[in-house]
Amino acid sequence: MAERKINVKGETCPVPLVETRKAVRTAEPGDVLIIQGDHPPSKDEIPMAVDALGLELLGIEEDGKNWTIKIKIPAEV
Amino acid sequence: MTGKTTLIVQSGDHDKVYSAFIIGNGALSMGMEVSMYFTFWGLERLKKGKLDKGPLSKMNFLGLGKWIMKRKMKKSNVRELEDMMDDFVELGGKILACDMTMEIMGVEKKDLRDEVISDYCAVGTYIKEAKESDITLFI
Repeated sequence: MAERKINVKGETCPVPLVETRKAVRTAEPGDVLIIQGDHPPSKDEIPMAVDALGLELLGIEEDGKNWTIKIKIPAEV
Repeated sequence: MTGKTTLIVQSGDHDKVYSAFIIGNGALSMGMEVSMYFTFWGLERLKKGKLDKGPLSKMNFLGLGKWIMKRKMKKSNVRELEDMMDDFVELGGKILACDMTMEIMGVEKKDLRDEVISDYCAVGTYIKEAKESDITLFI
């Protein structure tokens, strides 16, 4: 179980989604991914992907235009 | 993987090829399987060194419009087309080349980027895949 940060600040469509997906593919069950970005639509779309991929959304934090999304990879994906 | 997206890329226009890869990469990111069928002018973009070389579908102005568009995209930090294709392949997307277009246009396998092409096929393969797809688009 590890925690990994993915920084997509300054990136635009579809990079935050794509980088999230890449990280999910290489993560191990139980890992936590912390995605940090500032692209407004991705704040809503990453949780949609989390849902579609059957992952666990641990939380979304906002600080001005920046957001942080925490995802947990479930035991079996 | 949940669901499938199948795209036909018939246009070789720069902006439309961009749209195709953005949609393709978005669908892969959402956990879908994705196949992109390159045919007619789209197939030109699979030739070695040609991915980025299409004109804009509107306001190309002999390349000036495209140059302006590329500058604007760079300013907005839009990922390069070549990198989008790398992402597509890395996330497991399939690129298919239309065999008939190759024959009509006199394109040979050696002219194409064989390393990114999953298969060379015809309309039957597309229909089979499209029937199994949740999303299919003609670009």
